[in-house]
Amino acid sequence: MGIATTLPCIAGLLALSVAAIALASSRAGTWVIYGISLILSAALLVQGAQALLSGAETSLVLPLGLPWVGAHFLIDPLAAAFQVIVNLGAAGASLYALGYGRHEKEPWRVLPFFPLFLAGMNLVLVADDAFTFLVSWEFMSLASWALVLAHHRDPENRRAAFIYIVMASAGTLALLLAFSLLAGEQGNYAFNFIRIATPGPLTASAVLLLVLIGAGSKAGLVPLHVWLPLAHPAAPSHVSALMSGVMTKVAVYAFIRIIFDLDGLPEPWWGLVVLTAGAASAVWGVLSALMESDLKRVLAYSTIENIGFIFVGLGLALAFHANGLATAAALALVAALLHAFNHAIMKSLLFFGAGAVLTATGERNMEHMGGLIHRMPVTAAAVLTGCAALSALPPLNGFASEWLTLQAILLSPQLPQWGLKILVPACGAMLALAAALAAACFIRVFGVSFLGRPRTANAEGAREVDAWPQAALAAFAFLCVAFGAFPGFATDALSAVTLEFLDVRLPPQADVPWLALVPISAERSSYDGFLILVFIATSASLAALVVWLLGSRATRRAPAWDCGFPDSNPATQYSASSFAQPLRRVFGTTVFQAHDRVVMPPPGSTAPARITVEIRDPVWDYFYAPLAGGISFVAERLNTLQFLTIRSYLTLVFLTLVILLLVVAL
Amino acid sequence: MTLLRDLAVQSVQMALVLLLAPLLTGLVRKVKARLLRRVGPPLIQPYRDFRRLLGKESIVATNGSWLFCAVPYLVFALTWVAAALVPTFATGLLFSWSGDLIAIVALLGSGRFFLALAGMDIGTSFGGIGSSREAMIASLAEPAMIMIVFSLALVAGSTQLSAMAVYLLSLQEGLRVTLAMALFALIMVAIAENGRIPVDNPATHLELTMVHEAMVLEYSGRHLALIELAASLKLLLYASLIGCVFVPWGLAPPNSDLRGYAIGLLSYVGKLAVCGIALAAFETSIAKMRVFRVPAFLGAALMLGLLGTLLRFVSGSF
Repeated sequence: MGIATTLPCIAGLLALSVAAIALASSRAGTWVIYGISLILSAALLVQGAQALLSGAETSLVLPLGLPWVGAHFLIDPLAAAFQVIVNLGAAGASLYALGYGRHEKEPWRVLPFFPLFLAGMNLVLVADDAFTFLVSWEFMSLASWALVLAHHRDPENRRAAFIYIVMASAGTLALLLAFSLLAGEQGNYAFNFIRIATPGPLTASAVLLLVLIGAGSKAGLVPLHVWLPLAHPAAPSHVSALMSGVMTKVAVYAFIRIIFDLDGLPEPWWGLVVLTAGAASAVWGVLSALMESDLKRVLAYSTIENIGFIFVGLGLALAFHANGLATAAALALVAALLHAFNHAIMKSLLFFGAGAVLTATGERNMEHMGGLIHRMPVTAAAVLTGCAALSALPPLNGFASEWLTLQAILLSPQLPQWGLKILVPACGAMLALAAALAAACFIRVFGVSFLGRPRTANAEGAREVDAWPQAALAAFAFLCVAFGAFPGFATDALSAVTLEFLDVRLPPQADVPWLALVPISAERSSYDGFLILVFIATSASLAALVVWLLGSRATRRAPAWDCGFPDSNPATQYSASSFAQPLRRVFGTTVFQAHDRVVMPPPGSTAPARITVEIRDPVWDYFYAPLAGGISFVAERLNTLQFLTIRSYLTLVFLTLVILLLVVAL
Repeated sequence: MTLLRDLAVQSVQMALVLLLAPLLTGLVRKVKARLLRRVGPPLIQPYRDFRRLLGKESIVATNGSWLFCAVPYLVFALTWVAAALVPTFATGLLFSWSGDLIAIVALLGSGRFFLALAGMDIGTSFGGIGSSREAMIASLAEPAMIMIVFSLALVAGSTQLSAMAVYLLSLQEGLRVTLAMALFALIMVAIAENGRIPVDNPATHLELTMVHEAMVLEYSGRHLALIELAASLKLLLYASLIGCVFVPWGLAPPNSDLRGYAIGLLSYVGKLAVCGIALAAFETSIAKMRVFRVPAFLGAALMLGLLGTLLRFVSGSF
C-alpha cells in the first residue's frame, strides 16, 4: 500500500493520456478514457483515505529526474488528505464526463489532456523533491491550459488561456525561486534535506512571500486572481469543476507543504500577511460574483471567496503556531483543511450543475435562463443543495467548516501581538460579510436560473441531462449533506495532519455523544449537524402532519396574483442584474465604481428603454494595467537594440567585455 | 431522572414558544393601535388569523414549483428549531449543546435563504423586489449579528447561550462597555431581521415599500399561516435572546425545583411584554426610512459590534 501502489495508478493515468491520442476520435474513446479515469481515481481515493486514516508515511526514490537528486516520492498524512480531496473531485468529474463528454464536438482536444491533468495533480501531492514538484506542477498547469484552450475558436477563450499561461508561468517562477532559496548554497533539492536545514529569518520570510505569489496565484488570492474567473469557465464544465474544486486545493497543498513543513518556524507577522490576503479575497471574490451574470464565472468568483476562507484559516494557524499556541493552531488548520475538502465537493457539484444547464439550454448567461426547476428536477435539487451548502447554511457541510473557522477566530485574544489582536476581529467581520454576501449570491444564482419563468426559448425547451451526470450530481449532493451531518469523521481523519506538523490534535470527535463537533470543550462551544438535521426534518414533518390533519387540504392552481396585474412577459421578472442592484448600489459604487445608466426613449416613441451597467475592476486598472504598460514600455525601449549599426553592436560587445573583466578583476 | 426533567423542560420550551409567539405579535399590534388612539384587534387575533388561514384552500400559481410548496414548512421548521435552542425560562435545555449562538444565527439565515427563493419562484416582479431587498438587508444584518456573537462570546468565554446566560448572571460588577454596544447593535439587528419600522413595515399596503411582505405576496391559505407563524416565532426568538443575554435574571438554572421554573416562566412572560410594548412604542415614534438608508443603519450596527469586539480584544477588562 501507500506510495508503491499510488505511483502505478498515476503512471496508468499518464499511459491513458498517451492512449487517448489514438482513441480520441473513435466513438468508444469517451467511454474508455473517462471510465478508466474513474477507476484509477477511485483507486487513488481509496488509497489516500487508507493512508490518511492509518497515519503512516511511505516513501520511495526512483532514479529519474536530476541525476544527483533522483525523484523522491512521499505520502504523509498531508499528502494523503489532499489525495482524498483531489481524487474525490477527479472521480466525480470522470463519472460526470461519461455522459457530459459525449456532447463534446472535438473530443480529441479534451480527452488526451484530462488524464494528464489528473496525473499532474496527483504527482504534485506525492513529490518529495523540488525538481519533481516543479515538473509535476508544470504538468498540471500546462494540461489545464490545454483544456482551457479546448474551445479555442472563441476569442474570449484564447484571451483567457493567454492570461492563464502568463500568470501560471509567473507563479511557477516564484515557486522556483522559493525552492532555490530553501535549497541553499549546496543545492539540496530533496525535501528531506530542506526539512533539516533551517533557513534564516530573512530567507524564510522571502520564501513566504514567493510562495504566496506562486501558490496564491494558482489558488486565486486577490490580487493574483485575475486569470481565474476567465480560465476556469472557459474549459469544458467537468474540467472547470476540476480546476475550481480541485486544482486550487493543490495550490493550497503547496502552500501548506512549503510553509508549514519546509520553511522552519513561522514568524508572527506571517499570519498577518496571510490573513489579510485571505480576508480580502473572501470579500472581493463574492462581491465580484454578485456583479457577474455568467453562471460559470459566478462560480469561479465564488471559488476566490472560498479560497479566502481557507487562507484565513491557514493565516490563523500560522499566527497561533508562531506563538506556540498549538491547540489553537490545530483547530485553525483543521478548519482550513475541512473547508478545502468541503469546497471541493460543493464547487464540483455546482460546476456539474452549470454544465448540465449548459448542455440542456446552451446558455451560460443566467439572464437567459429561468424556470429550469420544472424541466430539470434532479439537477435543480442537487444544485439547490450545493447553493445552500456554499451559502454556509446548517446543517450542510459548508457551515461546519465555517463554524470551525469562526471558533478559531474566537481563540485569538490569546495572541500577544497587537497587530494580530486588531486584525483578527476585523477579519472575522470580513468573513461574516463574505458569508452573508455568498448567501445573497446563491439566492441569485438559483433564483434567477432555476426559478421563475423561462426567459428564452432555449430555457423553455430544456431537457434533463442523462443518467451519468445525474448520478454525479446526486452523489455530490449527498456528500454535502453527509459531511454536514457528520463533520466529526472528517475532522478526526484530518487530525493526522495536525499531529504531523503541530504535534497536537483536536479531541477525538467520534467519542463525543451524538457525533457532535466539540473543538475545545463542551462548555465553550459545540455544534451537532446531525441532530440539527433530525430536528429540522422532524419539525417540518410534524408541521406538515398537523396542517394535514387540522387544516384544509385543498390546493388550487391559478394564475399568479402579482397584486392583480400579472404580466405575461417573462422579461418583467427580476433578472440577475436587477436582483444585484441594491447590493451593487451599496457595495459596488465604492469598490467597482459601478454605474447604472438608463437611456430613455424620447416621449412618444415606443422603443424600449435601455439600462447599461458599467463596472470597472480596480485590480486591472491600478495593478495590472500599469504593470503591463511598464513591461511593454521597457520592451519597446529595448526594441531599439535590434536596429543598431554593426559599429554600435561591436561597441556594445566591447563594453560588455571590459565590464566583465573589471568585475572579475575586482 | 435528570434526563427526563431536561427533556420535559425542552418540550415545554418548544410548546411555549409556539404558543406565545402569536400572542407577542398580537400584543405589539394592540399597543401600537392604542398609541394611535385606535381600539385595535384583540390580543388573540393572530391565533384567529392562523386558524382561519389554516382552514382555507391554498392557491398556488400555475408555474409554482415544489419548492414553493415546501418552503413554508421548511422555514417554519428552521425558525422553530432556532427558537427551541434559545433559553427562555430555564437554561438547562436538553439539546442546547447541539447548536450554539452562531448556529442559531445561521438557522435563521437558512430560513431567509429559502423564503427569498420562494419569492423568486413564481417569477413576478414583486417577489423579486422583496427577495433582492431582503438579500441586501441580510448581507449587512448577518455580519452585524456575528460581530455581536463575537463580543458576547469573548465576554462569556463561550458561544453556548446557556453558558453565556449563566456567566452573565454571575457577573458581579456593573455595566460593561462591550455589552452595552452589543445590546444596541442587537436591537438594531433585531429590528431589521424582523422587518419592523424603520427598516420595513409589517403592516404596509403599498407593495413598492414592502420587503418581507413582497416576498410572501403569492402565499395563501395554510402556507401563509405557517409563514406568519414563523415570522411571529422569529420576533419571539429575538425578544427571548435579548432577555436571555442582557436581562438573565429569573432564568431557572439547571436542576431547579418547580418554584424556580415558575419564577422563570413569570419573568419570561414579563420580559416579553416589556419587549413588545417597547417595540410598539418605538415603532409608533419613528418614520420608516428609505430603503437605501438601511445600509447606513445596519452599517452602524456592524461597526458597534466590531468596536465592541475590538474593545474586548484590546483590553481584557471592559
